[in-house]
Amino acid sequence: MSPIVKLLAQRIALSLLLLLLISIVIFAGTIVLPGDVAQSILGQSATPEALANLRAELGVNDPPVQRYFAWLFGAMQGDLGTALTSGQDIAQALSSRFWNTLFLAFWAAVVAVPLAIFLGLLAVRFKDRWPDKMISAVTLASISIPEFLIGYVLMYFIAVQLRWFPSVAMVNDNMSLFEKLNAIALPIAVLTLVVLAHMMRMTRAAILNVMQSAYIETAELKGLNAFQVIYRHAFPNAIAPIVNVVMLNLAYLVVGVVVIEVVFVYPGMGQYLVDHVSKRDVPVVQACGLIFAAVYIGLNMIADIVAILSNPRLRHPK
Amino acid sequence: MSDTLLKVRDLKIGATIYPPGERPRDIEIVHGVSFDLAPGKVLGLIGESGAGKSTIGLASMAYGRGGVKITGGAVWVNGRDILKGSHKDIRKLRGAEVTYVSQSAAASFNPAKKIMDQVVEAAVEQKKFSRKEAEARARVLFAKLGLPDPDNIGERYPHQVSGGQLQRCMTALALCPEPDLVVFDEPTTALDVTTQIDVLMAIKEAIRDTGVAALYITHDLAVVAQVSDDIMVLRMGNTVEYGNVDQIINDPQEEYTKALVSVRSIEHEEKAPTEEPVLSVRNITARYKGTQFDVLHNVNVDLYPGQTLAVVGESGSGKSTLARVITGLLPPREGEIEFAGRKLSPDLKGRSREDLRELQMIYQMADVAMNPRQTVGTIIGRPLEFYFGMRGAEKKKRIIELLDEIELGEKFMDRYPAELSGGQKQRVCIARSLAAKPKMIICDEVTSALDPLVADGILKLLLDLQKIEDVAYLFITHDLATVRAISDNIAVMYQGKVQRYGGKSKVLSPPFDDYTDLLLSSVPEMKLGWLEEVIAHRKMESAGN
Repeated sequence: MSPIVKLLAQRIALSLLLLLLISIVIFAGTIVLPGDVAQSILGQSATPEALANLRAELGVNDPPVQRYFAWLFGAMQGDLGTALTSGQDIAQALSSRFWNTLFLAFWAAVVAVPLAIFLGLLAVRFKDRWPDKMISAVTLASISIPEFLIGYVLMYFIAVQLRWFPSVAMVNDNMSLFEKLNAIALPIAVLTLVVLAHMMRMTRAAILNVMQSAYIETAELKGLNAFQVIYRHAFPNAIAPIVNVVMLNLAYLVVGVVVIEVVFVYPGMGQYLVDHVSKRDVPVVQACGLIFAAVYIGLNMIADIVAILSNPRLRHPK
Repeated sequence: MSDTLLKVRDLKIGATIYPPGERPRDIEIVHGVSFDLAPGKVLGLIGESGAGKSTIGLASMAYGRGGVKITGGAVWVNGRDILKGSHKDIRKLRGAEVTYVSQSAAASFNPAKKIMDQVVEAAVEQKKFSRKEAEARARVLFAKLGLPDPDNIGERYPHQVSGGQLQRCMTALALCPEPDLVVFDEPTTALDVTTQIDVLMAIKEAIRDTGVAALYITHDLAVVAQVSDDIMVLRMGNTVEYGNVDQIINDPQEEYTKALVSVRSIEHEEKAPTEEPVLSVRNITARYKGTQFDVLHNVNVDLYPGQTLAVVGESGSGKSTLARVITGLLPPREGEIEFAGRKLSPDLKGRSREDLRELQMIYQMADVAMNPRQTVGTIIGRPLEFYFGMRGAEKKKRIIELLDEIELGEKFMDRYPAELSGGQKQRVCIARSLAAKPKMIICDEVTSALDPLVADGILKLLLDLQKIEDVAYLFITHDLATVRAISDNIAVMYQGKVQRYGGKSKVLSPPFDDYTDLLLSSVPEMKLGWLEEVIAHRKMESAGN
């Protein structure tokens, strides 16, 4: 098992290195951004003395390298600093919103991933016939329409006309799971429509690629039916590319839901980030950037680990 | 049960082809073939590629590969016309009554599943046996087929066993559901000769012991003669000759069958070494980057101007690695190479344009060695420009000369590789390497992908060109018949070492070392009972020791 352990260790180490590099980019990026926090806190009428005092207090005058390391070590211990504008502890403010974002992403994934894979298998089974074409057409259409438009259209018909689900996805800790799910039903539907096409088409392509293999012919000549051939013989060999695209979409569900959160007034991280970007609250932007980067890198790492583990040559060396 | 297991009448098979730049059109690839197969008998289907033999074999399972469709005739299995059956009837037939063994077991086993799961799948799925019974049966078959550790080999994954073992596992897979008929589609073609003989014997004994009938498809008449009761010779979708094995081998009636039986008509007199070799390989030891063992150990060979050195060996013997070392693609760990009186740089980057020009190479796969978007004229013209700076009329004149030399002619100048047959493509590759006016050409398995008669033509051409151009060949091959036909000197390679080296007559005459003896005696001969003779001889020898 040693080669596979080595490979996994390498992959994890690479992810950590990547995260470190991203942290540098995020920090450097927010430093070179134009604008002055002190100015935006105190307003246009501030005196030069007041501005200088505030800058010293915020630590903006320290050398950037020193500030970077202070920030990095703080972040590693869970201290993301305080928001400049409100003086709140960022970690505290973010945690409930981060869990809300994960909650929405999780349930969207629970609906979207199995549905996408099932539709992909169905498209392979009926390749080039009407079910395949219909699945492709519908999913492509849904990915092509901007998500806020889908959001408002669903809101109008399902929330306003039919009154099945609420139009505003407000959740809080006092709600039961069922009440929460009821509240986020519409955002889940929109997110599912957005990520479905990509995953479904990749599933279809990956399995069709495997279907060219000689061992598929062997399976057909054993008298298996088409679903058995696809499910037992093609799918296990298409796992790596499928997991890859699933993880990319899961990452999108976490970090890309800004628009949906705004449309449905959902108290997630995206909305928090947008608010503080407009206020030039650099520590908050840095903290959100770092968390988003960690989610992205982590999910992609999981995809690669699954790909390594799904390879029988690596799992069972000669 | 009737006395014919498989009855095929006037079978016609069609396919849709997509010629570049034209509309797709339907063509017929099998034109009315008929035969009968009694229970427990073996019918050999033999022919070159494109003869339709695999297509006919798969038709007996009502299967068409790719866009292939059965367009006419009838196929009865156990008294039922399977072409009239529903999808469900056909699924019940496949994997239960008729099973299939493919050419490449390595590609035909699912890499993600254990061997046992795949071997018993059809038997269990078709409700012939319970999972437990099927596994017990599989273990018996593994033992019968001579697989090592038959009780546990099923727990391995396909990549954990060798190619020859996997081919036997595939035979076990086909026999596990206790079918009435097995279609063997070139089951030993991808194997080394010393492995082929064991697999062939295992298959033959398994057929005899289980009483199953078989369709045995191959392009190698000597192989099919060992296992068949009847033989059908096919050519371009037509039956050429159909009779029992004795008549086909010993008394062929048709010209084409006679040509197949007597293939390798080339006689080549061995030439004596001249004073100065064009290529001297001295004490070469080499390993691939990142590995811990040498693939070549202290290799020494010489090649003389205008002569042929055949490097023969099985897969993994290091013969292609030797070519990589000579061409500079793999710098050796030790040793040096002298070429045309000068020392060659071990690394490709250190070699001059003159070095590159004088040492050319021809590959096994002519298709992938040419740019599919260039015409034959452009392909052959490129070395003329690159090495000699030829342009315009001068270049065209030389291209036409070369096309004449390879017996294709001027009309091929504007064709694309896709419009050529396999043999024609290889001829173009030969012309391309000759265009550089080399002193030496490395030929790496150049006839292995070709049908016997076509390969014969290529070998004749190479010998003729050697006389005209006075070029030396380093001829890498696993095929001993080719070696006999073309070489002056022979190096037999085994596990990275030169096992035996010298003039053709010396290397191919006794006394032999053990490996060369094994190699030479494993080449199938065109006579009945050869397989049993060799196996009996080997058993006696091992009993005597």
